[in-house]
Amino acid sequence: MLNSVTLLIAITLMYSTPMVFAGLGNLISEKTGVINIGVEGMMTIGAFAGAAVCYFSGNAWLGFLCAGLAGGMLAVLHAAASIVFQCDQTVSGIAVNLIGPGAALFICSLLFEGATSTQPVSDKIPKIFGDISAEGILGNLNMDVTVVIAFLMAAGMWLLFYKTKWGLHLQAVGEHPAAADTLGIKVNRLRFGCVIASGVLAGFGGASVTLGIVSQFTPITIAGQGFISIAAVIFGKWTPHGAYGACLLFGFAQALTVLLGGGESVIPSQILAMLPYILTIVMLVLFVGRGVAPKASGKPYEKGSRT
Amino acid sequence: MNKIADALKKPVIRILAAILLGLMAAGVILAIAGYPPAASIAALGKGIFSKPKYISNVIIKSTPLIFTGLAVAFAFKTGLFNIGAEGQFIIGCLASTLVGVTVKLPAVLQIPLILITGMAAGAAYGGIIGLLKAKFGIHEVISGIMLNWIALYLSNYVCMLPAFRKGDTNGTDQVSEAGRTLILGAWKKTGEGAAVLKKIPVFGEILLKTDANIGFVIAVLTAVVLAILLKNTIKGFELQAVGYNKYAAEAVGINIRKNILEVMLIAGAVAGLGAALYITGNSPHKVTVLSAFEGMGTNGLGVALIAGSSPIGCIFSGLLFGGLLYGGQALQYEVGAPTEIINITIGTIVFFVAIIQGVPKLLEKYGGRRKGHAE
Repeated sequence: MLNSVTLLIAITLMYSTPMVFAGLGNLISEKTGVINIGVEGMMTIGAFAGAAVCYFSGNAWLGFLCAGLAGGMLAVLHAAASIVFQCDQTVSGIAVNLIGPGAALFICSLLFEGATSTQPVSDKIPKIFGDISAEGILGNLNMDVTVVIAFLMAAGMWLLFYKTKWGLHLQAVGEHPAAADTLGIKVNRLRFGCVIASGVLAGFGGASVTLGIVSQFTPITIAGQGFISIAAVIFGKWTPHGAYGACLLFGFAQALTVLLGGGESVIPSQILAMLPYILTIVMLVLFVGRGVAPKASGKPYEKGSRT
Repeated sequence: MNKIADALKKPVIRILAAILLGLMAAGVILAIAGYPPAASIAALGKGIFSKPKYISNVIIKSTPLIFTGLAVAFAFKTGLFNIGAEGQFIIGCLASTLVGVTVKLPAVLQIPLILITGMAAGAAYGGIIGLLKAKFGIHEVISGIMLNWIALYLSNYVCMLPAFRKGDTNGTDQVSEAGRTLILGAWKKTGEGAAVLKKIPVFGEILLKTDANIGFVIAVLTAVVLAILLKNTIKGFELQAVGYNKYAAEAVGINIRKNILEVMLIAGAVAGLGAALYITGNSPHKVTVLSAFEGMGTNGLGVALIAGSSPIGCIFSGLLFGGLLYGGQALQYEVGAPTEIINITIGTIVFFVAIIQGVPKLLEKYGGRRKGHAE
């Protein structure tokens, strides 16, 4: 019993980790007032960059860092479009979601002789307790280090938002940019930085899939986790702790899918595969209240304007 | 400077500029990757225009994209982002196939039945998104994405059920002959019919060698109907009023929630109609297990965005997408470049469509300021 409970906990944490990264990424962008539905595309390019760099360098951490870099570079496009050109942020996010996977698959087929999947990587993100081959509870709980990093990131973002002056500035920019401007906060510069940070985090999220949960990139490695993480941010009422909790919940749904799908399951695998998506909708129906999004969300800020 | 700004205020010029920039970006990327850009563009053009059957295939390829594009554009006009068109299309394909393989009626009844089934299924699936938004305030992008994945797995599940699965294949049986919407499909099957078709120049080749079907004609008709609905009817005005300013619309007595539901029902029906025509008009006329999305909805988003959400514009941007996607295959065998470059191109065009809207403002701001200094 204890054995399967710990296994369930471990799988939940592992599957929620990519969403935690992407969710935090989405959150930091949304907090400053820039809608970022491009996290899915940023995750995809991160997942690919992580796997590809790790495959050629043999170093998972280098892959992980490059994944953040790739996500951040894609985010520059979104930041430029939504802040400098002040365009529709949803449209720009869609463009990013088209360009991200397109670029990932294009570069992939250049590097891997026409294949749209990378070769399996030789090095993976280390486990918490190292390379032990313990059976039972300890073995079950021997999760990827990224699980811990994701938790620390969430905790760090909570501290940032609620315990530092900088975090207060950041939220002010998302709630009332004109007021923040009068206090001398560089609204657009702060937004630009946060959008790039969101890309870096989403890239990490992608790599935590390809270097942790699985060991290669395929065209369906990133299958809506980015969008589920956005739902998690809404569900968590735009707070780091709320988003983290929501990601755990959605991770739990995926863990159930994995556990129930193993062996001679009575439930068909296709039905199980729907579970995380159905649960996302059910959760939103049951628990979402209105009116907690940052007020300036989606609105470009022009210096001197009043709203 | 201001001349450029004025020119860019016209939507058509803006969109053409975005397409040009997108193609240029693709050329640059290809050059960096070591493929000759000029030869690549030439290969793309050749893959689209060099044979009548290529042109026919482009039109066939673009037909479902026009439908999903319309499903997105129509919703967008009323302020809703129908990213769920992919799911509506999948469910439309599934429902119309199931009816097409189980019901056996003469063509005059069979074809309308299949098309109506597809529309109804798509409408119902789109309606879920509308209901979730109207009743629970759930953003249509989130529910749309989730429903897309649910549709994918549902379709995979249903088409492998013993009742519908054909033998050992990974899909259903084919829709019966009577339910197909190919142009002169019956003629192609018989020796004499094929012989007659062979004698017709150009069109004979198109009819014999491609899945030429009535889908494109209905797509154009649908676009016209939606354009009239939006422009010339009170209903269309109401639907759009909600998109422009929902508080003002509410103040004059428009029921916003009902509107949201209606829009999603119509958008879903359009996607479902496209799906039914896709199944009846294209080989293999059946549903198979999908390992990933076909991208009908995702590309439909691109079609709608590039068309500036104009229904008539969707016909042209749909053709552009069909051309890029079909002609893009030529890149692979002519210059060896991965066809994924086409997806980057499409993404880049959408990106430029988005940012170009901000350009006139920026030009006026900075261009104007500089002029001010000079004086």
